[in-house]
Amino acid sequence: MALKGNLRDFSITQLLNLVNVARKTGTLVVERSQEQVYVSFREGKLSYAHDGTDAASLTMVLYHAKKLNAAQVRIINERSRGMSDKELGLLLINSNYLSQQEILTSLQTYYLSTVNRLFTWGEGLFHFDNDLLPPKDKITVRISLENLIIEGSRKMREWEQLQGEIPSLEMALKFSQRPGVNLRNLNLNADEWKVISFINPKNTIHQIAKATNKNDIEIRRIVYSFIQAGLVDMVRPEGVPVQQPVQPIQFVPPVQPRISLPQGSKTEFKSLINRIITRIRSI
Amino acid sequence: MQTVKMVVTGPFNAGKTEFIRSVSEIEVVSTERKISSEAERVKDQTTVAMDFGRISIDENLVLYLFGTPGQRRFDFMWEILSEGMLGFIVMVDSARPETFREARNILETFRAYAPTPYVVAANKQDEQDAWEINDMRIALRLSPQVKLLPCVAKDKEAVKKVLLELLYSILEEMDTGEVSAPK
Repeated sequence: MALKGNLRDFSITQLLNLVNVARKTGTLVVERSQEQVYVSFREGKLSYAHDGTDAASLTMVLYHAKKLNAAQVRIINERSRGMSDKELGLLLINSNYLSQQEILTSLQTYYLSTVNRLFTWGEGLFHFDNDLLPPKDKITVRISLENLIIEGSRKMREWEQLQGEIPSLEMALKFSQRPGVNLRNLNLNADEWKVISFINPKNTIHQIAKATNKNDIEIRRIVYSFIQAGLVDMVRPEGVPVQQPVQPIQFVPPVQPRISLPQGSKTEFKSLINRIITRIRSI
Repeated sequence: MQTVKMVVTGPFNAGKTEFIRSVSEIEVVSTERKISSEAERVKDQTTVAMDFGRISIDENLVLYLFGTPGQRRFDFMWEILSEGMLGFIVMVDSARPETFREARNILETFRAYAPTPYVVAANKQDEQDAWEINDMRIALRLSPQVKLLPCVAKDKEAVKKVLLELLYSILEEMDTGEVSAPK
């Protein structure tokens, strides 16, 4: 039977909780436009994760973890052609390149960062495949999900708060009229400057997010910080007509038949229930 | 003539009307209207006030089944319908996880109206996309004590089983003293 849906309706935190409580084994596949993330579990513990259709090789994971430099990666890749990650891991340990702990920690960090990306996905189709297990040549780990769920819940709360503060990305932004704010004296990072450059009552937040390559949570976080600092105000985009609220249709509830509660003792009430049971069995 | 009632509730399009239709001895009195919202157009019509079915128990007793409207904007009917009920059934569409949270909220709302026994029916278990019962229990945050029953609302036997389980729960709770005969 299926375990499938959309992250919009059933969050990644809820999914991880379900996997943890039900001690599931299999792979959760989450898809959003061109992106795909695979997260594998063994008896409710995170064992493996990767994004895209091709799993990152061990050397690339170790390179990103700064355990290997580019030259080392090149040499190892040349010498280990055709080797599985497990064989390569053993080779690195035996040749004293790295310790087992360093390799496992690097993989754990990579797998966790892959899962953490999902917390920023407001939506995405998911399905859990009980029969899809990590490739045999890949190194698996065992990471408890509790901490991941707690951290994820914190992120989700932040997300909800941001959604409450900025309910619609179809609103536009304009610089506030507050005198004395000099943008040149502001201490903003590169991403914030990028967003600032698009602020104009004609641009919706959604359009700014697209132009600056930010996901929903990232753009909301930046815009919220601007609003908090009194830099910008949210306004209706120029040229968008004001929608009139729709008057709700009034329905007059039909009169329901008079219902009498069973009166009398517990024995009589039990007898009444038993009569209903007998009747329903015979339908 | 004595009459008693049970309430069938749950989110929009969970299968409440179908459930009542499967066992009612009369044509279900339905207050269905064409759906106006595009977002909710997964079916043509929806219940706006209540559905009403009947099962004659014997010559002195009648059981009424009331189905509540599934859409929040008609929730003013819920409290009216819950008055004096023996117990209630929460219908959940097993293939639409997006409605699980709403089902949980409805369950809690009805528990607040009346602390009567209840069961949860995991409807549409015959559909390919239906979630497993164990997964649904976790997703709906139901404790092991709560009866979560597989159901196909158009199947009379499955509906009978749900109704019977609710009646057994009423008896069990009477025995444990959690439910007393109404005075």
